[in-house]
Amino acid sequence: MQTATSLKVRASSPTDSLSLVTFSVTDQTFGIPVTEVQDVLILEAIANVPLGPKDVRGLINLRGRIVTVIDVRARLGLPPRTAAGGRAMGVTVESEGEFYTLLVDAVGDVVQHDSARREANPATLDPLWRDIADGIFTTNDTLLVVLNVARLLAIRTR
Amino acid sequence: MDDLIGEFLTETNESLAQLDTELVRLEQEPNNHEVLSSIFRLMHTIKGTCGFLGLPRLEAVAHAGENILGKFRDGELAVTADAVTLILRCIDAIRDLLGALEATGHEPDGDDSSLIAALNQMANGEAAQAQPSPSTEVPNVAETGPVFADDGFPVAAELLAEVEAALAQGEAKPVVAPPPPPAPSVPNPAPQPRSSTEESRDPASAAATIRVQVGVIENLMTLISELVLTRNQLMQTQRVQGTSEFKVPLQRLSHITSDLQEGVTKMRMQPIGNAWNKLPRIVRDLSVDSGKKIELVTKGADTELDRQVLEMIKDPLTHMVRNAADHGIEMPAQRRQSGKNESGTITLEAYHEGGHIVIRISDDGKGLDLPRIREKILAKGLASESELAAMSEQQVLHFIFRPGFSTAEQVTAVSGRGVGMDVVRTNIERIGGTIELSSVTGLGTTFLIKIPLTLAIVSALIVEVCGERFALPQIHVMELVRAGGRSSSRIEKVKEAAVLRLRDSLLPLVSLRDLLQLEKVSANADQFVVVTQVGAQSFGLIVDRVYDAEEIVVKPVAPILRGTSYYAGNTILGDGSVIMILDANGIASTISCGDLNDQRDTSNAVKDRADTKAAFLLFSAKKRERKAVPLELVARIEEIEVPSIEDIGGRRVVQYRDRLMPLVPFSNDYSWPERGRLPVIVFSDGARSMGLVVEHIIDVVDDRMSVELKAGLNGLIGSAIIAGTAVDIIDVGYFLRQAYDDWFSGGKAAEQSTVERQALLVDDSAFFRNLVAPLLRAAQLRVTMAADGAEALRLLEAGEHFDLIVSDIEMPQVDGLALASEVKRDPRFQDTPMIALSSHVSEADKAAGRAAGFLHYISKADQANLAANLNVAVGESIHQLDNSRRAL
Repeated sequence: MQTATSLKVRASSPTDSLSLVTFSVTDQTFGIPVTEVQDVLILEAIANVPLGPKDVRGLINLRGRIVTVIDVRARLGLPPRTAAGGRAMGVTVESEGEFYTLLVDAVGDVVQHDSARREANPATLDPLWRDIADGIFTTNDTLLVVLNVARLLAIRTR
Repeated sequence: MDDLIGEFLTETNESLAQLDTELVRLEQEPNNHEVLSSIFRLMHTIKGTCGFLGLPRLEAVAHAGENILGKFRDGELAVTADAVTLILRCIDAIRDLLGALEATGHEPDGDDSSLIAALNQMANGEAAQAQPSPSTEVPNVAETGPVFADDGFPVAAELLAEVEAALAQGEAKPVVAPPPPPAPSVPNPAPQPRSSTEESRDPASAAATIRVQVGVIENLMTLISELVLTRNQLMQTQRVQGTSEFKVPLQRLSHITSDLQEGVTKMRMQPIGNAWNKLPRIVRDLSVDSGKKIELVTKGADTELDRQVLEMIKDPLTHMVRNAADHGIEMPAQRRQSGKNESGTITLEAYHEGGHIVIRISDDGKGLDLPRIREKILAKGLASESELAAMSEQQVLHFIFRPGFSTAEQVTAVSGRGVGMDVVRTNIERIGGTIELSSVTGLGTTFLIKIPLTLAIVSALIVEVCGERFALPQIHVMELVRAGGRSSSRIEKVKEAAVLRLRDSLLPLVSLRDLLQLEKVSANADQFVVVTQVGAQSFGLIVDRVYDAEEIVVKPVAPILRGTSYYAGNTILGDGSVIMILDANGIASTISCGDLNDQRDTSNAVKDRADTKAAFLLFSAKKRERKAVPLELVARIEEIEVPSIEDIGGRRVVQYRDRLMPLVPFSNDYSWPERGRLPVIVFSDGARSMGLVVEHIIDVVDDRMSVELKAGLNGLIGSAIIAGTAVDIIDVGYFLRQAYDDWFSGGKAAEQSTVERQALLVDDSAFFRNLVAPLLRAAQLRVTMAADGAEALRLLEAGEHFDLIVSDIEMPQVDGLALASEVKRDPRFQDTPMIALSSHVSEADKAAGRAAGFLHYISKADQANLAANLNVAVGESIHQLDNSRRAL
């Protein structure tokens, strides 16, 4: 069973601003449009899927529904989490009727950005990331990479 | 208007399917006015609705078809095969148009004039008075209409009402249906019968069913599955915490959930007839094309099964019926030559059997061509000549399920579509079903398909390996063997290949850990082998632990996990954890590439076991005395909680599988304990069970045995040396009679026991002679034993009198079949009933047995029912003998 932290957010959508749920993986901050997020939860029992794709961490029982957990670190080619990383957080998204939970290090706030100020992906970005990233927002002290959920979930099976 | 078209498509497709069936029926019974009227009505409805919806092409085609039907009905035209073929073509054209309409939303462009001309020509050419044009034909139809109008044109009327309602609410569209411009100028017939039909519509039948979107039911089913899981979780929590406060409402919730689940499952059920309603048409077309005479007989069309399952078996069934018609049934001349009825029969039968649907497809054609299959196997290099020689017929037949295996001598329009029996098997296995076949040269072929009622819920064994749990559907699990540690079985290696000696065969093993590339967590002395069977192939799966069997709700895996072939789905257990469901078929297909034990037939093992070695259950009854009972007779082993044992009139009983099961202690001076658990060996004959209370279950051993008979000892057959020690072999019959006085009176033997009858028992296996003899004695028979057919014949020649002969089939020199033929040839023994006991029990074997003169044919391998089957057979045989003697 997973503990949902009932962080169910609704979009207040002025046409020119974009609400993003932010989360961090390693020291990078990412954002996903809030309209695509179903749930934010603390991940507890994750069942393994032996021989599954390497980006799939396993399966969880989300209120009676079996949900596939995507290891965002593995997907982005980052080193695996160490045990000292604290509790793993999950951001649940939907794609073509199926639920997926993105395993991330920590979930942050919901932030609003002016769509017009979105920067294109830098040309020097890792091709793997460039494929998944949908542009970057800049704030005072961080760079927020917007992730494209559909492309993030386009995982090649073994 | 879209909804209306959708509704129309559904309705019309149903009507067309019905038309196919009815037309074939009409061809067989050209004078059946009822069928004719029904066909006419269906076609008329289609035409009327098309006209109404403004579908001119459809209407024109339907109209031309209706013309001919009208003439049939009025007796102006004889129902000929040609005419029916033409109308079927017309229906096909309508179906194509509907398909295009469904895909694009509007009628496709095109020209049907040649078909319509052909139809009109048929209508006019053969009619006594040729009608100049269809347009004058229709008023004629309409005039005769009122006679039939009472039967109604329900679809048209319903649609009309709906359209009117829709139009009344909606925008101001023309209230009258748009007249179809290019069609023959036909007055739209739909409105005419309207007033009369609306009145005559049976309100009860209209209200009894409603149309529901499939998606709605699917969604409901998913929700119910969730509810079941949540319920299971709650029950688990309740069991762990043991708080009583919630116990009663929880139980109620549990019951309601179960009822709800049952209700929704029922809602998804559809009669299997829906899957085969196209078949009469297909068979009919085939017989016309090939010049064969074929009759299709269907039984149990109202047997219901889950619609998802139904969809999956539709194509395999069609394929198999097609095969039977194309390859199985011979040409009429050939059938006449072999003394058969000119017209062949294909029988389709469906019935329920213990949570499964059984579908039997049989034909009375020429049977599968065994020599040809053998040739093909050799040609394809699937087996060597010596391997082939060692195979039973059954094993050879099974090769037809291999990919790319087709024995059709010539590729006809029907075969050679690239769909073989391998696809049929794959489809059936994909839904957790099994397929078997038997074939007798010259008599026909029978396929037996067994499929689960519903895909949603299955019984599965939960196993653990390297700390991970997996579910394995029970349908594939044959038995469990503990290996290593204290157990007598152990896993051995031939080079890298792990094997297990299982009775007399060598079972190839697959380590689930290696297969799934799991990391070993801790050394485990004990391992378990789950003996798994997929088709004719069996193998063992090595696991660390085995838990209980659980009813699980199968959920498909997420699309991104579908790349692995080892999983059939995933599920949530009662404790809330998610586990993967293993796919035995997937695992089997990976290992068979490694050329393991492929095609090992278990009946072989059974045979060997019967002939040389035997498996025994060792137990101690009192004071640690070792006893043994043939494993063949044991239904299962249970542990019974002492508090659950009830005392009814001095007899101990326990509730077991919703029935009362009597418990019998091994000795009469047994003192029942107050608490704890008692190991119980359960013997069963289907509905009835009895439990023998013992001290300890020790082990299962198999050993070559020789029983030394001892007479007069209650409850013992004799003693034997098993696994190096002397043990008593118990007489199961003795205990059965203690539990049920009437256990053996299912037949008539016990009632008429004033005269002791003589039975001759022929079997070359000492084990079986000693196993069966007590059972016969229990049925009040005096038993004489013979070790083979020759000895039996000598006894008979010597003038010994026997009332009954029970014989094995496979014996050296004079086998059972030869013995039966000899006996039946002698007028002195003609009336002596004979019962066959064999480990080969395919339909073909049984047929051969019956042909040789055996009255009954009993399976040695059917452990649980051996005693009961034998008893019934003896009872019936004696009864028949009495009757025939009385007649003399």
